[in-house]
Amino acid sequence: MIELHNVSKTFTLHNQGSAVIEVIHGATFAVAPGECVALTGASGAGKSTLMRMIYGNYLTQAGEIRIGGVDIVQAQPREIIALRRDVLGYVSQFLRVVPRVPTLEVVAEPLRALGVPAADAQARAKALLARLNIPERLWSLSPTTFSGGEQQRVNIARGFAHAYPAMLLDEPTASLDAANREVVLSLIEEAKARGAAIIGIFHDEAARARLCDREIDVGRFSPGLAA
Amino acid sequence: MTPLLSVQGVTKHYGPHIGCADVSFDLYPGEVMGIVGESGSGKSTLLNCMAGHLVPDSGQVVFDTRGHGPRDTVTMSEPERRMLARTDWAFVHQHARDGLRMGVSAGGNVGERLMAVGARNYADIRAKATDWLGRVEIDAARVDDRPTTFSGGMQQRLQIARNLVTGPRLVFMDEPTGGLDVSVQARLLDLLRGLVRDMGLSAIIVTHDLAVVRLLADRLMVMKSGRVVEAGLTDQVLDDPQHAYSQLLVSSVLQV
Repeated sequence: MIELHNVSKTFTLHNQGSAVIEVIHGATFAVAPGECVALTGASGAGKSTLMRMIYGNYLTQAGEIRIGGVDIVQAQPREIIALRRDVLGYVSQFLRVVPRVPTLEVVAEPLRALGVPAADAQARAKALLARLNIPERLWSLSPTTFSGGEQQRVNIARGFAHAYPAMLLDEPTASLDAANREVVLSLIEEAKARGAAIIGIFHDEAARARLCDREIDVGRFSPGLAA
Repeated sequence: MTPLLSVQGVTKHYGPHIGCADVSFDLYPGEVMGIVGESGSGKSTLLNCMAGHLVPDSGQVVFDTRGHGPRDTVTMSEPERRMLARTDWAFVHQHARDGLRMGVSAGGNVGERLMAVGARNYADIRAKATDWLGRVEIDAARVDDRPTTFSGGMQQRLQIARNLVTGPRLVFMDEPTGGLDVSVQARLLDLLRGLVRDMGLSAIIVTHDLAVVRLLADRLMVMKSGRVVEAGLTDQVLDDPQHAYSQLLVSSVLQV
């Protein structure tokens, strides 16, 4: 479902003496439907960078990143937009929303973008918010004023609203209490069971052990070692 | 899929000065594209060339018309272009006063655009105008008031209602949230996003506010000195800018 072949990434900092920093070199791996793979490595090894490259958020200089047949590296913006709408979900560590939009609509939005009727999308959003223990009295408020943990849970609800065939999870259990962590872990297990290909970054070792079929050490793609 | 708008090599000089040079891109139905750059980078010149307010020195602006498929709007006749501007296109000015008739009531401002495309039944026009005032969150009780009595944010929402009432397919926006205070901006962004999604609009938004494009635009073009220096997915250009100028632009944003 997700295939990387010989993927490399450099940052060129034009305004800081044109420094060129190579961060990923020759990354090659694949994730099958129903499989959950953890990216591991020390802080700064490039886990989040690699995840952002797979999402098309960071530009890839060389190689191929194929998701459901589309090569993210070569794709036109509109192809990536369509891929993100239908196929590829991403739960980042931060919630980014238009101020003033109610939580319920924030969570329902990925479904609305797919053309799901408002009532059905909201029903799904309500079920997820209830499951993630967001009190009902907050649903009509914008999440911008919520606590960090609440925002993270809203972000997860939004990320799981649509049953994406491929998902990227950046520290989904960070800053959650035990009960909510358990809910998130079961959401991920359900996604696996329905056949989603999942790539995750988990600092939570117990979560990693429970969910992941394999670990990929991103450090082995770091250019310093390859040389 | 046929692009809704296909811009090919659009160039406009002001005497010896470059307004915009050799700009090309395709915009597909339902896409929102942002154009950013500093003052004088040519983004408004480009917008006005696309919307038919300025005649480019060279290049084509091909629009996929309902009746006759893709047509170059630069070379089409003036009446045809005016008809497009009243039906399939909309233009939201930065200053609402430039897009509204200040001496006419709010309802009249919205109704006028309907009458321009042939609506004649007064009750229908008034009902539709009132409906649109509601959609842009203007109290129906204000339908007979003139925009001179409205706040800046209300005037901007009225301008949007006037533009969208005829169900356009392409909306040009020039700094639509410029000059409004931030709480009003947020409300307007929310409104615009909802309208774009529900009506399946395509839009081109010129702004210097990177936060606005991040929330509204799918795609982004960065302009400098009349030329496009970088283009791509909005979040990619903002989070991993490639060109020296884009990097400078993104790193210059003050953190709140």
